[in-house]
Amino acid sequence: MRTERDGFSGLQRVLHWLMAIMVLTMLFIGVSMVSTLRPRYLTLISIHKPLGIAILALAVLRLGVRWRLGAPPLPDDLPRAQALAAKLSHVVLYALLIVMPLVGWGMLSAGGYPIVLYGSLHLPKILPHDDQLHAVLRTAHTVLAYMFFATILLHVAAALFHGLIRRDGVFRAMAAIGPRNQ
Amino acid sequence: MSDEENLTRHTPLSPAALAGRLAVIGGVLFISALAFAYAGGWLTPDRLTPARMVAALSDRGGNPLGHRRNHSKGMCFTGVFDANGAASQYSVAPMLVASRYPVVGRFAIAVGNPDASDIMGRVKSMAVRIVSPNGQEWRSGMNNSPVFVVSNPRDFYELTLAQDIDPATGKPDPDAMKRFSATHPDSAPFAEWSQTAPWTASWADQAYNSLNAFLFVDAGGARHLVRWSMEPTVSPTAVPLAALASMGPDFLEHDLVRRLADGPLTWRLMVTFAEPGDPSNDATKAWPSDRKRVDVGTLIVQKAEAEADGPCRDFNYDPTILPTGIAVSDDLLLPARSVAYARSFDLRTAEAADYPRTVRPAGDRPAGDRP
Repeated sequence: MRTERDGFSGLQRVLHWLMAIMVLTMLFIGVSMVSTLRPRYLTLISIHKPLGIAILALAVLRLGVRWRLGAPPLPDDLPRAQALAAKLSHVVLYALLIVMPLVGWGMLSAGGYPIVLYGSLHLPKILPHDDQLHAVLRTAHTVLAYMFFATILLHVAAALFHGLIRRDGVFRAMAAIGPRNQ
Repeated sequence: MSDEENLTRHTPLSPAALAGRLAVIGGVLFISALAFAYAGGWLTPDRLTPARMVAALSDRGGNPLGHRRNHSKGMCFTGVFDANGAASQYSVAPMLVASRYPVVGRFAIAVGNPDASDIMGRVKSMAVRIVSPNGQEWRSGMNNSPVFVVSNPRDFYELTLAQDIDPATGKPDPDAMKRFSATHPDSAPFAEWSQTAPWTASWADQAYNSLNAFLFVDAGGARHLVRWSMEPTVSPTAVPLAALASMGPDFLEHDLVRRLADGPLTWRLMVTFAEPGDPSNDATKAWPSDRKRVDVGTLIVQKAEAEADGPCRDFNYDPTILPTGIAVSDDLLLPARSVAYARSFDLRTAEAADYPRTVRPAGDRPAGDRP
């Protein structure tokens, strides 16, 4: 049983920061590629697909790790509303990590596109070829992306609030480098 | 947590320190949001975005809702591609290995109005989707002009604006095209073709050209700069414009259905290899006519179907969807075509109610992957 003094495990920290970089890269690539006619479009989209699948794989791994290792408890003196917001935002972030790649994969499937990861490495289609299904998923992919970015901004704001204002160890639990219980 | 930190943890921040730290948090959020907005083009309204491009294409008369925003009027076909294997030494593309591959394609005219009369179709097009047994795809959209009218997306946007319908007259501004030609001299080879090539009343007797250059990649990794053409096996029959005008709005569709009732139509897929110095990124310029050309197979068109219920309806003929062994060149038009086609596809799949299917209920359609 870990106590308040424990942070997240080393594996959890590595997964968190690696995925933070990957997800932010994904969101910037996504919003950038759909707004340009320039050659970088083809480069960006060729990164977008395998990176999205990599995030999906890591997200599944991360959920498993979280299930096994749990998370350090929030400080006892944290107001209930803030504690609830923390739990809820984490649920939303985990859900988006899983749902966003699946929506993208499903959208390409329903659009009748080949799902190319690299060269001849293709993924199978997970949905039937259907224009209306494509339209719903395509819209969802955009809306969820904006929601994802907004939730990440809230998450960053909360983390900095803990780190700079409350100074209650919550930020250190994920941010500190080195062994736990330092 | 260190003892030192325990001591400082609940030490209240001075008002100035608190304000400073809140400002840091606000600054991080603001800069992040600003960077995201910049990446999305919201801070650079002059950027030529796919949305602007496709909006311009949508504004050329008629009601394009539910339809492709360019080459909006067309017809689906199905058939096969019989590769003869001659291209295998230049490209490892699986559908160039000698065998037969299924094709879902589309004939169209380059208009923005899906209800346009066929006589508006100076440029005719053929799109194909050739599928290999391992699921790789080669999609290509080809035009019957030997060269394209512009070499880059910005010029294409200006050309599209020149074709915009003036609400006052219901027609494009007649001077706009003249101004465009005068300021874009590289469109002259296209204009010459447009003014001199004979009109015909058929999709079947036209050659369809890739226009853009691509790279064939062989087994050794060597790259060969190519363009390709579907060469008809039916000789063209010139028809005077006045005669075309009396043939009704859908003469191309009627001609295709009539011809296919008598048997399949065939095209030979000819690949042209560049020599050093031939432009890879300028579709307005033809390559010299003495370049090596290789006959790599035969396209056999067996059946035509109305687009509303046809198998091509829900495919995006993005010319950058390529198998291993074929890659895009540095032609600026290719990425622009890819993203603009995707935008058009995203719009029209969300507008299916504006383009109702007429024959089969939605749940009874065959899977598009089985041509």
